[in-house]
Amino acid sequence: MRATDLVKETTLTLTSNKARSALTILGIVVGIASVILLVAIGQGAQNSITSSVASSGSNLLFLSASRGGGDRGFGGGPPGAGGGGGAAVSNIKALTNADADAIAKLPGVSAVSPELTSQYKVTAGAYNTTVQVNGTTPGYKTARSVDTSLGSFITDQDVRGATKVAVLGPTTRDNLFGTGSDPTGLQVRIKGIPFKVIGVTKSKGGSGFQNSDETVFIPVTTAQQVLTGSNSVSSIDISVETAALSTPVQTAVTNLMLQRHKITDPTLADFQIQSQQDLLNTVSTITGTFTGLLAAIAGISLVVGGIGIMNMMLTTVTERTREIGLRKALGARRGDISIQFLAESVLLTVAGGVIGIVIGWGGAELIASTGILAASVSWSAAALAVGVCTAIGVVFGFYPARRAAGLNPIEALRYQ
Amino acid sequence: MSALIEVRDLYKVYGSGDNLTPALEAIDLDVARGEFLAIMGPSGSGKSTLMNILGCLDVPTMGTYHLDGEDVAEMGDDQLAEVRAAKIGFVFQSFNLLPRASVMRNVQLPFLYSRTPVSERDERAEAALRAVNLDEDRWDHMSNELSGGQMQRVAIARALVNDPPLILADEPTGNLDSRTGHKILMTFRDLQRQGRTIVLITHDAEVAEIADRAVHIRDGRLVDQATADAHDAASGEDEE
Repeated sequence: MRATDLVKETTLTLTSNKARSALTILGIVVGIASVILLVAIGQGAQNSITSSVASSGSNLLFLSASRGGGDRGFGGGPPGAGGGGGAAVSNIKALTNADADAIAKLPGVSAVSPELTSQYKVTAGAYNTTVQVNGTTPGYKTARSVDTSLGSFITDQDVRGATKVAVLGPTTRDNLFGTGSDPTGLQVRIKGIPFKVIGVTKSKGGSGFQNSDETVFIPVTTAQQVLTGSNSVSSIDISVETAALSTPVQTAVTNLMLQRHKITDPTLADFQIQSQQDLLNTVSTITGTFTGLLAAIAGISLVVGGIGIMNMMLTTVTERTREIGLRKALGARRGDISIQFLAESVLLTVAGGVIGIVIGWGGAELIASTGILAASVSWSAAALAVGVCTAIGVVFGFYPARRAAGLNPIEALRYQ
Repeated sequence: MSALIEVRDLYKVYGSGDNLTPALEAIDLDVARGEFLAIMGPSGSGKSTLMNILGCLDVPTMGTYHLDGEDVAEMGDDQLAEVRAAKIGFVFQSFNLLPRASVMRNVQLPFLYSRTPVSERDERAEAALRAVNLDEDRWDHMSNELSGGQMQRVAIARALVNDPPLILADEPTGNLDSRTGHKILMTFRDLQRQGRTIVLITHDAEVAEIADRAVHIRDGRLVDQATADAHDAASGEDEE
């Protein structure tokens, strides 16, 4: 049988019973459409989460106090004064500015920014908003790659002098002073205490729990003196010069902190250090699992669709027994019959797959355009779907095709 | 030139071990090129088995069968398929046309397996349809829109398209009324006059009058007219 004849016979046969062909491929259409759609949603979620993690800066290490160690505080002693004598004080549990200063001196560290974050009500005139107030240092600019669109960021002088200045995130600015306005030189009150606005950061478009646009930055020393009254910080961001140095610096910081906190057994460490890569990996693993789960659920419907194809092909073989007998009498060989039925089943599944991709893709675009969920379809997913469909067609068409090819022409011709 | 069909001492036995049922015994049959032969016998006489073997749909248990000079008795499935595609045109009692397919597509069906070049197909199909006198306005109709007589003409045209040396017809008038059946038989006779070899299997006595020669089959053996009549009288069966 010529290839062109095969294609022609297959299409003629399938189009001569359009309603049945359409109903048969419905299962595959639904299966592929849901796989494409759900994978697109999973992929979209993964992209938006990883990009928001990546937007918080590159080559970052996060040092934070472990649960149980951080809250005991240190109490007493002027902020910043711990730098010189910190090592002499025993039982230090919380992270301090002194820790940050010591880490900054390690080789390979390009910037360090201690952070003391907490939610406060921030007011400006009649407007107020509850946002994350982030006590930090100029190092934050480098570590988290933020920049100002108006005015300037916190300076070393501000940190040394514990001045009451604030840098607003763009969303906070919009909420308090109106969209796009320039609030530099104006005043905001945090916990009722007046702060002078010295700048506004550029929008980073991060989302969710770590939105730097909805933040107010103040000097860490000011936060410690005025807002918390202790010299501890909640975390220290360490910016490493190159990604390759990430691991050695992580080890060096761990050793330094163990030494500073006088801990001999590393398993009892009262702090934890995490690299941004760890975080990205964790997030990727979670979203990957989530995407896989969605795909697996949708995959079940593909299997059901495949069984539908096999069912219909078996019915077809029975119905067309006499036709098979006739074709054999006319000189069709076993292979001719088997390839014809296999081609029908593959054409059905591939047609179903293509329609499914169109519907799934359209659905993903629709969802993405509403902005409720991120969704991104990749060509590779579509190509994979076509491949899967072909495989389903071959696998579920194989048995019916074999059955057709194996029919005895004499009995097939006599079949009523 | 040798005969188109040469069957020598052919047996077909069904079953195995102690449970053997002979369907054909010691068949000797020659069919010359251009001959119109009728094989006649009641149901159960073995004529279907003979037709299956002559049509290369089945192989004999013993004996030889030469078709167009080729020994087909020992061939495998795929070789037999090739012989069928090249040398035999089948006409069936129940027409066996593809439903929901046009007359043209039905007539061209054998081309799929004889690998006939596409450029020749339409011309040859039209010639075959003309040879069986099917009105040209029917050619694009669906096969299930035709009358029984028209369907059988399409089926005969399908048997002709590959220009096979042998046309094998199994009860071609069995599903037709006698007037239409007669016309179909006339079509076969016309084809024979154009030089085709026709073997027609039937229990219809009228065929014997149109065919050049009739052979009778009873209990798996070929017999002459007198033996056949005696056999029928003895077994109490009255075929036609």
